[in-house]
Amino acid sequence: MSNPAELQYTKEHEWVRVEGDVATIGITKYAADALGEIVYVDLPKVGSSTTHMKICGEIESTKSVGELYAPMDGEVVEANDSLSGSPETINGDPFGEGWLVKIRFTQLPDLLSSSEYDAFIGE
Amino acid sequence: MLRTPLFDEHQGMGAAFTDFGGWEMPVRYGSDLDEHHAVRNSAGLFDISHMGEIRIKGEAAELLDYALVSKLSGMKDGKAKYTMICNADGKVIDDLIVYRIHTDEYLIVANAGNRHAVLVQLLNAAEHFEVEVTDESEQWVLLALQGPKATSVLNEFVDVDLEPLPYYSIASGKIGQTEVLLARTGYTGEDGFEIFIPDTEALKIFRALAVREEVRVCGLAARDTLRLEAGMPLYGHELTLDVNPFEAGLGRVVALDKDDFVGKVALEELKTQKNWKLYGLKGEGKRAARAEYEIYLPGGENPIGQVTSGALSPTLGYPVAMAYLDGSLELEIGSKLEADVRGTRIGYEVVELPFYRR
Repeated sequence: MSNPAELQYTKEHEWVRVEGDVATIGITKYAADALGEIVYVDLPKVGSSTTHMKICGEIESTKSVGELYAPMDGEVVEANDSLSGSPETINGDPFGEGWLVKIRFTQLPDLLSSSEYDAFIGE
Repeated sequence: MLRTPLFDEHQGMGAAFTDFGGWEMPVRYGSDLDEHHAVRNSAGLFDISHMGEIRIKGEAAELLDYALVSKLSGMKDGKAKYTMICNADGKVIDDLIVYRIHTDEYLIVANAGNRHAVLVQLLNAAEHFEVEVTDESEQWVLLALQGPKATSVLNEFVDVDLEPLPYYSIASGKIGQTEVLLARTGYTGEDGFEIFIPDTEALKIFRALAVREEVRVCGLAARDTLRLEAGMPLYGHELTLDVNPFEAGLGRVVALDKDDFVGKVALEELKTQKNWKLYGLKGEGKRAARAEYEIYLPGGENPIGQVTSGALSPTLGYPVAMAYLDGSLELEIGSKLEADVRGTRIGYEVVELPFYRR
């Protein structure tokens, strides 16, 4: 599965979908595959603030723990609560149903395009 | 990195790989949870050719009684025994399964990363005996077929009836024209077999088993969660050169009543001391304490020990861990503890090992 062209990416393997002043954040298929089957997610609370490239959550598989880095400064306006009951959705549909949080931002940092991210992960 | 003779096959099946004991091994083929559940509910097939096979011929029983901690001369032909090889300080070099083929012939299975250390230790001890020690690791592919349906599936392939073969036994047989060894042993907590196959014949047997509807091919991720649930130690985690068999709760395999053997003097002394003790712990919630996370008494400031292996148990649905804790505390089943999970204290309690029993 390729990385969707309409999304932007970070070097911490998050994807970002920008709609107005809200960004939806998830982890890429590459990251989900590297973690293995995800069994637990710890997401930031709605209303909490995020800081660019600061850890704001955790994603655990049976074998390892991945950290979720906030791709931008902002405020969490929604978290994907359905993941607590079925965290494996992140493996099955990382770019869709497996989204993690929505962040309202005032300014976006530089992000990678899909072709830049492809090159970054060596695809 | 070393690769098993089936590496290309695993790659073709889409496996992800990991470095394990110097080997590039399949960690999972798809979902490691599905692989785990397949072993608990049906059957899983593992390539464990990274394990080392060492054959001893001649005064094999005498050598092993001297070099290992158990009494291997007392075994019957065709039986298997779980044991350990210790150094003169009584510390664990490796844990092993020893198979007695005949009175004067034994086969030892050692962990991949310890194969050379075990071989060196055996060769040193062998100077005192009329014995031939051969590292056969390169000649064998070792497959594990594990799970409640493993025996019935394997029975369709072999020319012997496996049903009556007791747990921890080994028999020779044929799969097609290929001579194999069939051991009713494993590392998953399920019934099943470990099959020793000459390397050149292994691919077609692996394929024949892998295509069976009841069988799912599994990687090391599932193998690790399965053995953890079954309370089985993993060298490098529960067993190291820093611990002795008594601390690891494996004193039962040490035969102190034997004549002189490597480590005997130290082990007699160590038996009475318990600086550390290996415990089974059950956690609250879903966040698992993992290897090297610290354990505390409730509200305690100083750690009382460390986790050696930990995961969210796929079968049980709660976090489980094995941990070395201060032996002087003499904790009882049900004792409440806390784990520091990346800055958050999570409640754990002491439970019986194993966590899972079939």
